[in-house]
Amino acid sequence: MFRYIIRRLLASVLLLVIISMITFAIFFLVPRLAGATSDDLAARYASRAADAAQVHALSERLGLDQPIWVQYGKFVKTLVAGADYDTGTGTDHCSAPCLGYSFVTQNPVGPELLDRLPVTASLAAGACVLWLLGGVATGVMSALRKGSVFDRAAMGTALAGVSLPIFFTGLVTLSVFSYSLGWTAPGGSYTPLTQNPAQWAYDLLLPWICLAFLYAAAYARLTRSGMLETMGEDFIRTARAKGLPERTVVVKHALRSTLTPITTIFGLDLGLLLGGAVLTESTFSLPGIGKYAVDAINAHDLPKILGVVLVATIFIILANLIVDVLYAVIDPRVRLS
Amino acid sequence: MTPNESTPTAVGTPTAFLDVRDLRVHFPTDDGLVRAVDGVSFTVDRGETLGIVGESGSGKSVTSLAIMGLNRGRGPVHTSGEVWLDGEELIGASAESVRRLRGKKMAMIFQDPLTAMHPHYTVGHQIIEAYRIHNPVSKAVARKHAIDMLGRVGIPRPERRVDDYPHQFSGGMRQRAMIAMALSCDPELLIADEPTTALDVTVQAQILDLMRNLQEEFNSALIIITHDLGVVAELADRIMVMYAGRCIEYGTAVDVFERPEHPYTWGLLGSVPRLDRATTARLIPIQGTPPSLIQLPSGCSFHPRCPYEPRTNGRSRTQMPELVAVSGTHQVRCHLPVAERRSIWEKEIRAKLAGGEAS
Repeated sequence: MFRYIIRRLLASVLLLVIISMITFAIFFLVPRLAGATSDDLAARYASRAADAAQVHALSERLGLDQPIWVQYGKFVKTLVAGADYDTGTGTDHCSAPCLGYSFVTQNPVGPELLDRLPVTASLAAGACVLWLLGGVATGVMSALRKGSVFDRAAMGTALAGVSLPIFFTGLVTLSVFSYSLGWTAPGGSYTPLTQNPAQWAYDLLLPWICLAFLYAAAYARLTRSGMLETMGEDFIRTARAKGLPERTVVVKHALRSTLTPITTIFGLDLGLLLGGAVLTESTFSLPGIGKYAVDAINAHDLPKILGVVLVATIFIILANLIVDVLYAVIDPRVRLS
Repeated sequence: MTPNESTPTAVGTPTAFLDVRDLRVHFPTDDGLVRAVDGVSFTVDRGETLGIVGESGSGKSVTSLAIMGLNRGRGPVHTSGEVWLDGEELIGASAESVRRLRGKKMAMIFQDPLTAMHPHYTVGHQIIEAYRIHNPVSKAVARKHAIDMLGRVGIPRPERRVDDYPHQFSGGMRQRAMIAMALSCDPELLIADEPTTALDVTVQAQILDLMRNLQEEFNSALIIITHDLGVVAELADRIMVMYAGRCIEYGTAVDVFERPEHPYTWGLLGSVPRLDRATTARLIPIQGTPPSLIQLPSGCSFHPRCPYEPRTNGRSRTQMPELVAVSGTHQVRCHLPVAERRSIWEKEIRAKLAGGEAS
């Protein structure tokens, strides 16, 4: 078990390095391959008024004219060790993990991302609890009453859930529950959890439900098909033959097996979401990482985009790692292989 | 005490430990009604072993699942008839009361021990679970019992293997663990559904030996379901041969192996490869395939595959033969006259089975 975790950990680190290379390549190597000179790249960092000589000087200062692997080395060094920038009047220390400065606001990207992380994390955490409980419970009940009115209604709703995009359900529910009925907070409301937990939950209720609905629909379908398959397994018949009550058979034996693949998908979904729930955050105007990414892309703010991509990557890799370890805990057969 | 189809509802509490009367299990499907079991009756006493033999789809597994009440809740199923276990009728009983008997009074061993055990729980956990559901004891006591049971079924170092997962056991070990689990609550009726089919031949003999010893020790009633005549020859006191959901021959092991009277039983005996038979002698396979249980052949269900069908003057095409006693212990469902059946067996079949003794 211990060796298994170590192995997965090493694999994750390797993956992180590879992804950082790819990300770096996309932003610094690909433009160059497409014919851009180091001055062209430097021009993106310079102000619009800068002339060719200034741009060239900047290119040299940023090291954009150096060989690509040297640049990558610097990029990684900045990330893990931070960097000191010469501002002309003195040095400005950008502490690790240093993701550079925004083109637009001149603020360091790292702290900005850290500020936005709680919003995205709050959104993801609340929604994932809702969709996991709702989706799995619906799926189990549907499977146990296959073909019943409940099953058909639930699966019909689930189909709608997977099909309706969040910017549709979000806007409709906002219009009805926030603006017409006044039951929920209007778009753009967010209160930090540490400040006022009740207000935090109230503000996020609608985004949670809308986001959870989307995922719950998919999870209900997954759980239903998984349960239907598992309930036909031999070990379920054995569990019944032992005289276990049906409740125990369903929960301890059938659901346990069904949840194994769902755990995998859940981990990946959560990891992906932590890297920014782009549509939900945009729809509800929540100042999270997803919204940050959209704004950065619209403003061609390269360091911000780079930062979001790296943070999202780390979350997905982390989620993968946790899923792998969890999987080994759940399914003992995985440990040996 | 004898299987009898024509008087399905004999009145009064039965004297046998397990008394199955006119059991019928029908599954309605989109294609029609599947008569998986259609009027089967038999009895088993404590300490006695009944072998149920037949091809796939003959209804032998469905029969056992019906006794255990395990056909319920798996889609629509119509079960009728009576199953008396120690004076208690089970078919009409509530699902909850049958559940309380399952695992405690009657237990079952399944064919493939790898798929029949939960892959995510240790072997010990699964035995402990089976024990604690019927016995209000602490986990520690149940664990000791589980280790004890594993030791009794011949698993070496049970105190260590108890924490292993099923996939860490070999096939034979798993079947032993399965048996330990089934026996953990001292069941009085044990049903083994193809207990050795998934195992190596060498392991098969060990498992059969174990089952015989344990049955003597626990004095339970045992039902062995198999398509392997070698297994029933080893263990069974009495044998019921099933075809298309019905009993077609029923008798003591000696009756069925030494004096079989049904052409289907002859076919089963002829299909067993034997070392002591000359290599030039061919097996005598049964022609054709088992019939569809939705569209059973008219008359005798076996007539399309029966080589002696012409000798019944067409009766087997139109009329279902009754299960008739040919001796005190032996019953056969066949239109052929008794004398003719016996002469066919003695003169034609027995000679072909070239070992002389078919047991």
